[in-house]
Amino acid sequence: MTSKPRTLYEKIWDAHVVETRDDGTSLIYIDRHLVHEVTSPQAFEGLRVAGRTVRRPDLTLAVPDHNLPTTARVDAAGRRLPIADRESADQLAALEHNTRAFGIRYFDAVAPEQGIVHVVGPEQGFTLPGTTLVCGDSHTAAHGALGALAFGIGTSEVEHVLATQTLLLKRSKAMEVRIDGTLGFGVTAKDLILEVIGRIGAAGGTGYVIEYTGSTIRAMSIEGRLTVANMSIEGGARAGLIAPDDKTYAYLEGRPMAPKGEAWTKAMAWWRTLPSDPGAVYDRTVLVDAAEIAPNVTWGTSPEDVVSIAGTVPDPDSFSDPSKREAARRALAYMGLVPGQRMQDVAIENIFIGSCTNSRIEDLRDAAGVVKGRRVASGVRQALVVPGSGLVKRQAEEEGLDRIFIEAGFEWREAGCSMCLAMNPDKVPAGERCASTSNRNFVGRQGPGARTHLLSPVMAAAAAVTGRLTDVRELMRG
Amino acid sequence: MKPVSHISGRAYPFGAKNVDTDIIIPAHWLKTISRNGMGKGAFETVRAEPGNVFDDPEYAGAPILIAGDNFGCGSSREHAAWALADMGVQAVIAPSYSDIFSSNAFKNGILAVVLPQEAVDRLIEVAKTDPIDIDLESQTVTTPFQDRFTFEIDPFRKSCLLGGLDEIGLTLKMDGAIGAYEARRAEAFSWM
Ligand code: SF4
Repeated sequence: MTSKPRTLYEKIWDAHVVETRDDGTSLIYIDRHLVHEVTSPQAFEGLRVAGRTVRRPDLTLAVPDHNLPTTARVDAAGRRLPIADRESADQLAALEHNTRAFGIRYFDAVAPEQGIVHVVGPEQGFTLPGTTLVCGDSHTAAHGALGALAFGIGTSEVEHVLATQTLLLKRSKAMEVRIDGTLGFGVTAKDLILEVIGRIGAAGGTGYVIEYTGSTIRAMSIEGRLTVANMSIEGGARAGLIAPDDKTYAYLEGRPMAPKGEAWTKAMAWWRTLPSDPGAVYDRTVLVDAAEIAPNVTWGTSPEDVVSIAGTVPDPDSFSDPSKREAARRALAYMGLVPGQRMQDVAIENIFIGSCTNSRIEDLRDAAGVVKGRRVASGVRQALVVPGSGLVKRQAEEEGLDRIFIEAGFEWREAGCSMCLAMNPDKVPAGERCASTSNRNFVGRQGPGARTHLLSPVMAAAAAVTGRLTDVRELMRG
Repeated sequence: MKPVSHISGRAYPFGAKNVDTDIIIPAHWLKTISRNGMGKGAFETVRAEPGNVFDDPEYAGAPILIAGDNFGCGSSREHAAWALADMGVQAVIAPSYSDIFSSNAFKNGILAVVLPQEAVDRLIEVAKTDPIDIDLESQTVTTPFQDRFTFEIDPFRKSCLLGGLDEIGLTLKMDGAIGAYEARRAEAFSWM
């Protein structure tokens, strides 16, 4: 019996088809659904209006993150503090009410497990290889780092999944991004994914699911892989996948919601069959040499506007595509940069270490390693460290990382999305710059008029202590 | 979703081209927990102008909106469809729509009728004084003056609208298949 070699994506897809219809769409079963406060209220209301229920509350997990303030959430006596912004408070109250009414597991704002959905899922072992996972948030792709087929959905689809535990989908094309070789000193997973997006473009992955392969990915920690898969959507791909391996299993074993005992053994037996077969065909392959990658930063207002820290602001006229030329011109005006300016001369007033891209313990350790024994530069007005979850925060505190940041002049906050999208009070003032470990440098993303430079946690730490974009390698070499 | 077959009544003779979803519902209305009540924010910037059609008592509660080319372009916010539904609009007539808007409108039971510009111009004239009638079954728009325009619609969408079936309703009809999958899943993937 010979069957056609299949990719990881095809194997997960095939295992989840409920029914394929004549028009080429398939009804796909959803194993895991993450819910947060911003994109779910109307979905729950839709259920209520139509008199429907949640089909599988047991496959659903809710946690607030997007607009929750990151300042203290309880007073000295341990009482919960009210949220000042009325609309945020209402969205939070709605989530609490809806999860209770529909019997959905919920980590509330003060639970130690609370955090950004995409940090919480893997951390709890809710995210598992070979599963389909959705969330009303475009960075759901992150969970693909563990070999889950994970993607963001809209509010109507959130309601569809709540009611039916399925989605009607068309199969995507498959793109392989193969990265081989060793990342240089001071070069991280973030620099790698920025490099990939810079090369394929912000729409390069549209219509594709990306699978990241190659020796660099194999050598990378799960945390690094989460950073890579997280930003797949910034390259236009709805999902990014990384085949599970021994690192994945070691990361997951013993996590609260991961299978145990016999169930674990059974799961492992299937997980081991998941990696793409030799000879499996991808619709497109992109090759990247890890050794060529330098620490990267963005100069514009699209995540594809990537340049090495040793580089300069590009001249819009250097782009052959006229629409890109125009976009670059507008981006430079917004960013307050001029062609030819050295990236290392760009002064920074705000630092944000956080977001679902870079707020896990490894990110904080790396950044603290750079900050240790140094001080936040005087020109930096705001330097935030926002751990991805309450558990990350606690672990960092056990390791003394909070002291390193606080002594250097950083603010040490409660877990949440924070300055990644400025829906809570954490904002970059208009016209100011932010060295940010988040994933989007869109116009106004971190606040109206805010200018964002995306970079890695160690690069953000380096910018914090020098007050300008800095090649962290020079700092680390001393 | 309520079945849609016949929509008749007054129509807002709006007519503007390239109406983006920011115009239909400004961004500051997105920080809400309900799809209802958004009608208050619908066309907020247009309504700021005196003499606009939306505040003209002549058209109060009109179930039809007539617009120009490329209606619903821009941001993909589903709130645009929610806002129209909340202000009582059951059908839009325009020469063209953005893809995402027509899909969002459909998902929320709003009929997006496509007619050529000349027909739209004629209907705007009629709408100023008289009601308009849309019949989904026969795919026609008629007026009290013997005007009769036929329109095309995707057969799947048509049957969903006529049957009052939203996508969730349709999928729920596949309950047997979903249940069967769940039974297979409980066997093969008990650890999930
Ligand atoms: S951290 Fe930012 S990108 Fe991630 S889920 Fe929150 S808002 Fe979205």
